[in-house]
Amino acid sequence: MTRYILRRLIAMPFLVLGIVTLAFLLTTVTKGDPLTAIVSDRQLNNPEVVAAAKAKWGLDRSLPERYVIYVGNLLTGDMGTSFITRRPVAQDVLYRLPATMELVIAAMAVGATIGISLGVLAAYFRNTAIDHAARFFALFGSSIPVFWLGLALLYVFSVQWGILPGPGRLDARATPPPMVTGFMTVDTLMAGNVRLFLDAVWHLILPAFVLGWAVAGTISRLVRANMLEVLSREFILTARAKGAGEFRVVIRHALRNTLVPTLTVIGYSFAYLLTGAVLTETIFSWPGMGSYAVDAARGLDFPAIIGVTIVGGVIFLITNLLTDIAYVVANPRVRLG
Amino acid sequence: MSAHTPLFEVRDLRVAFGPGGILGEAVRGISLHVDHGEVLGIVGESGSGKSVGMLAALGLQPEGARVSGSVRFKGRELVGLPRRDLRELRGSRIGMIFQDPLSSLNPVMTVGDQIAEAVRLHNRDMSRKAALDRAKDLLALVSIPQPDRRLQQYPHEFSGGMRQRVMIAMAVANDPDLLIADEPTTALDVTVQAQIMDVLADLKQRLKIGLILITHDLGVLAGHADRVAVIYAGQVVEQAGVDDLFARPGHPYTRGLIASIPDMTRMDDRLFSIEGTPPALGHLPSGCAFNPRCTVAQDVCRHLAPQTHVEGDHNATCHFAFQNVVSAA
Repeated sequence: MTRYILRRLIAMPFLVLGIVTLAFLLTTVTKGDPLTAIVSDRQLNNPEVVAAAKAKWGLDRSLPERYVIYVGNLLTGDMGTSFITRRPVAQDVLYRLPATMELVIAAMAVGATIGISLGVLAAYFRNTAIDHAARFFALFGSSIPVFWLGLALLYVFSVQWGILPGPGRLDARATPPPMVTGFMTVDTLMAGNVRLFLDAVWHLILPAFVLGWAVAGTISRLVRANMLEVLSREFILTARAKGAGEFRVVIRHALRNTLVPTLTVIGYSFAYLLTGAVLTETIFSWPGMGSYAVDAARGLDFPAIIGVTIVGGVIFLITNLLTDIAYVVANPRVRLG
Repeated sequence: MSAHTPLFEVRDLRVAFGPGGILGEAVRGISLHVDHGEVLGIVGESGSGKSVGMLAALGLQPEGARVSGSVRFKGRELVGLPRRDLRELRGSRIGMIFQDPLSSLNPVMTVGDQIAEAVRLHNRDMSRKAALDRAKDLLALVSIPQPDRRLQQYPHEFSGGMRQRVMIAMAVANDPDLLIADEPTTALDVTVQAQIMDVLADLKQRLKIGLILITHDLGVLAGHADRVAVIYAGQVVEQAGVDDLFARPGHPYTRGLIASIPDMTRMDDRLFSIEGTPPALGHLPSGCAFNPRCTVAQDVCRHLAPQTHVEGDHNATCHFAFQNVVSAA
């Protein structure tokens, strides 16, 4: 087990280097010219300005040279400077990543909780109204685009009924707490402001639900299928023959046996959530990586694009590793050497 | 029968499937009983309703099955008992073990936790530690070496015979009065089969339990059962003391079962088998259910359901029960 984790950790830097290289190369095959992002249209015809800009941003060097310099800088934590914000990309990312993580984790919590509960209920009450309702809920969540769902729910819950707040992480009139972790829920608590904490949670509900719904759908279908299979196995009969009650049979005996595939799908949903966060953040004015990535792509802000891609890739690698470790912990039959 | 109340008594038990029983009855009026310290063998082919019947008697029938008749445990009626009361009996007063010990154990729980669970389900106040201690004693009781170490292992780390011992330990965790063993040796190697039967016989002696041994192999019952009930198509067709049954089988089906026990001293002979297959659910032949496969069937067998003939403690349900009709076999 320890050896397995160690081996995976040793492989990590090489995988990261692969991501860096791919992200870097992808920007060179795009049609857009980064100069249009740096230099204003009028100045593009001025060779002096263009040459100066090229020299300043390193665009006059050859591709291998730029690659070596980029990787070298990356090792010192320097991801270059954004064309648009004119701030170091690493600083931008550090500022925006916690917002995205907070949203994604909340969405994951919503998705997993609703998904597992619905899956268990649907399997136990198969072919009843509960099962059909769960199927509809799952199908709806998986087929409705995030941007439509986000707008529709905002309109109903915020505009029409006013029971949930509009976009943003906090009430617009509130003074945000000093940034420590970047997680609004944590920072407000660290500032000792419970009212602000509740406001942050309040603002998190709708985007987390919008983002988590599709995941809840996928998880509930998978949990239902696995529960049906496990509930027909003989050890379930044994548990009942022992005198175990239905709740214990379902949760302790059946659900635990569906944990492995469930953990896998939860782990891999992370990739979906990271991409889904792009649209959700745009709709909910969430200052996270998603909206940053959209701005970067629109403005041909190559350093920012590469930076976002690398960070996303690394997060994906880490969640995959954690998923695999959880897999081993949950399944005693898997012993990884 | 006298005023004495049997430990476990089943009367006219029926299990029907489908809405309104439309798919047919898998169990069609089984009556039998077992006492403390007694071993009742129930024998029949797969699909004869022997397992379904015993499970249904304890409220463990498959979903959608309808159970009727009477099941009395120490005089208390179980059919129609609230699920909660049935749960209190299962695993405490009545233990069960099943055919395949690998699939009957939860693969993601340690053996210790599974036995301790059986203990604590019926001793709510007992600590986890005390329950695990009890589990250790139980493993020792069924002769599993190094119980301390074994407690922390998972079912897949046990051999087939050891797994079945774990199942037995779990079933007797709360000193039950009755143990129902459903094909306990079928999935095991022949040598291991004998060991498991010894463990069961030993427990019966030590704990004075009543034991119901369900099997498709009449040979298994020869040395172990006191009485035998032969089941065909959801009905008891013959019931007798084990020696009497082997010496004087009253039903042609029983004679077929006895003939199909492999005889190791005559290796050259082909094994006898009863032709045909048992009737499918809801497709019973008219008359005697066994008539299409019976070698001595007459016209009457095809039209009229047979009566039960009783001779002392021995009964058989056949038009020609106890008649020494020469069969073609």
